[in-house]
Amino acid sequence: MLMLMCVCVRLQLFYSFFKSLVGKDVVVELKNDLSICGTLHSVDQYLNIKLTDISVTDPEKYPHMLSVKNCFIRGSVVRYVQLPADEVDTQLLQDAARKEAMQQKQ
Amino acid sequence: MNYVPGTASLIDDIDKKHLVLLRDGRTLIGFLRSIDQFANLVFHQTVERIHVGKKFGDIPRGIFIVRGENVVLLGEIDVEKPCDAVLQQVSIEEILEEQRLQQQTKQETEKVKLQVLKDRGLSIPKADNLDEY
Repeated sequence: MLMLMCVCVRLQLFYSFFKSLVGKDVVVELKNDLSICGTLHSVDQYLNIKLTDISVTDPEKYPHMLSVKNCFIRGSVVRYVQLPADEVDTQLLQDAARKEAMQQKQ
Repeated sequence: MNYVPGTASLIDDIDKKHLVLLRDGRTLIGFLRSIDQFANLVFHQTVERIHVGKKFGDIPRGIFIVRGENVVLLGEIDVEKPCDAVLQQVSIEEILEEQRLQQQTKQETEKVKLQVLKDRGLSIPKADNLDEY
């Protein structure tokens, strides 16, 4: 239980970042090389992602996803989350990361 | 996965038909009955679906408890979206045979690839053996 609370305290930065992106279209690339395009519905402290209206972006060598419209992706299997550049304020993100790093050092 | 509104939770997915992709590449389809904070899942009336090319086969498996670390993706199956248009269901024996042939050709190409890399002094670690952070 203590270990889970540690996750909560230290990794709030990207959790908050993803919360600000809810409703935007993203492409999630998984560690098994599957790429899924969809609308970000929600995210949690483990960076598990819920996507709605999904479509498999790469050539459909993954036919089993045909009847699936919404999915839950475990945070530990995500390799990349691809976002359009205009959805992200990189300056703000950099400043927030710097602040977080300073807080962690203390 | 907690009870704070706006966060990703599987609570609303309970008792619905789902498809789960596992880290070893297997696909399980069944009714999601129980969850916990690690994404451990309890599946009811589970069916293991094997896909080879455009064919697929279902093996009934009963009740499954899936450890969360093996879950890649959990998707809600939309009953209105039929997948029969593209895919063709075949018998269990046939799909297992197709899968065996597919694994065989895959292993052979992997072997050749590894040998070529070894000759050049390189090696690539397999993704499914990587530890979680």
